[in-house]
Amino acid sequence: MNIITDTALEKALDAKMNTTPLKMIGKDVSVYYGDKRALFDVNLNVRQNTVTALIGPSGCGKSTFLRCLNRMNDTIDHCRVTGLITLDEQNIYDSAIDVVELRARVGMVFQKPNPFPKSIYENVAYGPRIHGLARTKSEMDQIVESSLQKAGLFNEVKDRLNEPGTGLSGGQQQRLCIARAVAVSPEVILMDEPCSALDPIATARVEELIHELRANYTIVIVTHSMQQAARVSQRTAMFHMGNLVEENDTDKMFTNPDDQRTQDYIMGRFG
Amino acid sequence: MTTSAIIMIIIGLGIVTYLVGRARAVTLSQGKLSNMHSRPVYYGAYAAICAMLPALAVLVVWLIAAPIVVEKAVKTSLSETTQEISVATGNLTFGTVRAIAGGLTKLTPEELARAKAGEINLREILGARGVPLASETDPAMVAAAEDYNALNATSRMAMTGVVLLVGLLGAAFGLRRIAARFRARNGVERVILVALIAASCIAILTTVGIVGSMLSETLRFFASVSPSEFFFGTVWDPRFSAAGNANSAGQFGLLPLLAGTLYIAFVAMLFAVPIGLFAAIYMAEYASPMLRSTAKPLLEVLAGIPSIVYGFFALITVGPFLRDLSANLNGLVTGNYQSFIQAQSVLTAGLVMGIMLIPFVSSLSDDIITQVPRAMRDGSLGLGATRSETIKRVILPAALPGIVGALLLTASRAVGETMIVVLAAGVAARMQLNPFEPMTTVTVKIVNQLTGDLEFTSPQTLVAFALGITLFVITLCLNIYALYIVRKYREQYE
Ligand SMILES: Nc1ncnc2c1ncn2[C@@H]1O[C@H](COP(=O)(O)OP(=O)(O)OP(=O)(O)O)[C@@H](O)[C@H]1O
Ligand SMILES: [Mg+2]
Repeated sequence: MNIITDTALEKALDAKMNTTPLKMIGKDVSVYYGDKRALFDVNLNVRQNTVTALIGPSGCGKSTFLRCLNRMNDTIDHCRVTGLITLDEQNIYDSAIDVVELRARVGMVFQKPNPFPKSIYENVAYGPRIHGLARTKSEMDQIVESSLQKAGLFNEVKDRLNEPGTGLSGGQQQRLCIARAVAVSPEVILMDEPCSALDPIATARVEELIHELRANYTIVIVTHSMQQAARVSQRTAMFHMGNLVEENDTDKMFTNPDDQRTQDYIMGRFG
Repeated sequence: MTTSAIIMIIIGLGIVTYLVGRARAVTLSQGKLSNMHSRPVYYGAYAAICAMLPALAVLVVWLIAAPIVVEKAVKTSLSETTQEISVATGNLTFGTVRAIAGGLTKLTPEELARAKAGEINLREILGARGVPLASETDPAMVAAAEDYNALNATSRMAMTGVVLLVGLLGAAFGLRRIAARFRARNGVERVILVALIAASCIAILTTVGIVGSMLSETLRFFASVSPSEFFFGTVWDPRFSAAGNANSAGQFGLLPLLAGTLYIAFVAMLFAVPIGLFAAIYMAEYASPMLRSTAKPLLEVLAGIPSIVYGFFALITVGPFLRDLSANLNGLVTGNYQSFIQAQSVLTAGLVMGIMLIPFVSSLSDDIITQVPRAMRDGSLGLGATRSETIKRVILPAALPGIVGALLLTASRAVGETMIVVLAAGVAARMQLNPFEPMTTVTVKIVNQLTGDLEFTSPQTLVAFALGITLFVITLCLNIYALYIVRKYREQYE
């Protein structure tokens, strides 16, 4: 009885998930740093309006995969990417793709908050400015305000928009970076351990924020915290030594994973 | 024994003491180093320091004090025999005595005896041995010279004895102190600390000394020329030919020189800053590691070329080239082949100095640009900014204070640069704005005023010190301001 319900539930969930369109598709993605291979034929899809968590032990290639999704690996000398990655059925490594435009559509939030040494306003206005998203000052004000609003930061900083962004607390800085990414209206937001430099309260704020953002954006997040992955994501992908071990619904992944290695990792049996 | 032999012996003593001390410590430790407070090398070093340091100190003091004492003794005995000696002639006589004393060691005993008996002329025979004397000798002087030699010999013997004794005592003391709980390491560390402090004191004191001597000479200059005339005068005409004639002191207006200095430095920065900065941006942001590792040292080789080489490059190549170029341009436009750029001109000097400064600007800026954290670049690139947008909007603003500091440092070099302007800028002290005409700088005038054989008493030469100190103050202010800015910038990312 119990078992039957579970399977039925799973089927229902699968059906719902499988109908979610795929935002990004990664097929046989391999990455080499010089002669060293960091990723081995990874096949991983990112679903629209879904939070996908990437987990795995340190050095397994999570950041590397994440950086492939907006071609940040291009900025690393000696880094070579093979395979196919698409965004809305378009190969992002195609020579016809403009990497500037791609990064405007696939934004990124980094592990350490890295606000520019400019005012809070200018930090958020940076992206819209280079992409010419606002024609007038009031339009820009609008964008800045709504982005800060979405990042849940506006109320805290509305009186000091002209003070340097580097003067905020760590958690505020990270939300400022999220606001900065949101300001260019990306479709996908990549987050590489966005909470690893934050205290539990700031972490909770950011997680809440991720929940809210999910309605409008597709999110891929790298995290070392199993709890965090379980709390914020709907899909989870487990990496190990450059290989994708398992990709599954988060609920299933944390209760009944298919792969022994996933189970071991989640149980904390290796790191 | 000669001084160097004594020093060798002390060093030898130090080495032996070190070895003995170390061995003693090893024995004391009974195979377990943790029994001892310090490692055996420290005990050895401590004992060696005890052996060498006091002995060397005694040696130095003796070497300084002994000649003074001997001179005094000889002078007293001389004035007793010859009475009527004033201070000036006393010094003269003593000089002769010293010369004779040096010469006496070159004579055989028989010759000496015959010379004393008056059988041969001492002055002639010493002259033949390569010791020229200013005047004829008299017996009192010869006696004093013998005294002098005898005293010196005694002093040297006593010194050898005392120094070696102090060395041995020190060694014994150092070796005896070696014990399990004795803190040799702390002692050695303290000696090293004192040595380091002494070194930095020497560096600072030299600077202070140089500034002090420049200041005193400058004050002497200002005794004959009023400061307001110097600092606000617009005419530079020191009248060399009239030097020594008190009535025609000449005019020493600083302003034309300062104007030339700043103008040429400005032209130089005009060439060096954009080129150097762009080169730095390319090296830091675009160049592949391979290219960077070869091109950067190559660029820095430019900085190693002595500035005199740039100077004659300016004199022989750039100056005539600019002159001919301007003649041809003029000819093409007006049909009149007359050059409007003179071979020696602000432009020539500024251009060549600019070339010289490029590597300074680029390597300083490059260091500062690469210091901007990678996270800044990633943040900007991740938002879809292009490389040049990232450089323009994030990296340069972040690096700007540091770059300004670097440019100020470069400017202070430009202001103090000498050889290029001596050869390429001309010597005419004029206040004008045409970059195609010669102008001159503070440094050029310092060189001019000091090359020649004038005494250091006339304002014509003393003015060099006033110029020097003015220049010093300008570059010092630039440097301090630059360091201040650079330091302030550094705090930003910590
Ligand atoms: N810039 C680089 N140059 C050379 N090798 C790199 C570079 N970046 C990552 N690697 C290598 O690629 C592999 C995967 O690194 P990656 O940063 O993707 O790991 P990760 O899963 O993000 O680890 P962590 O959880 O510690 O952040 C590692 O072995 C790493 O050493
Ligand atoms: Mg990582």
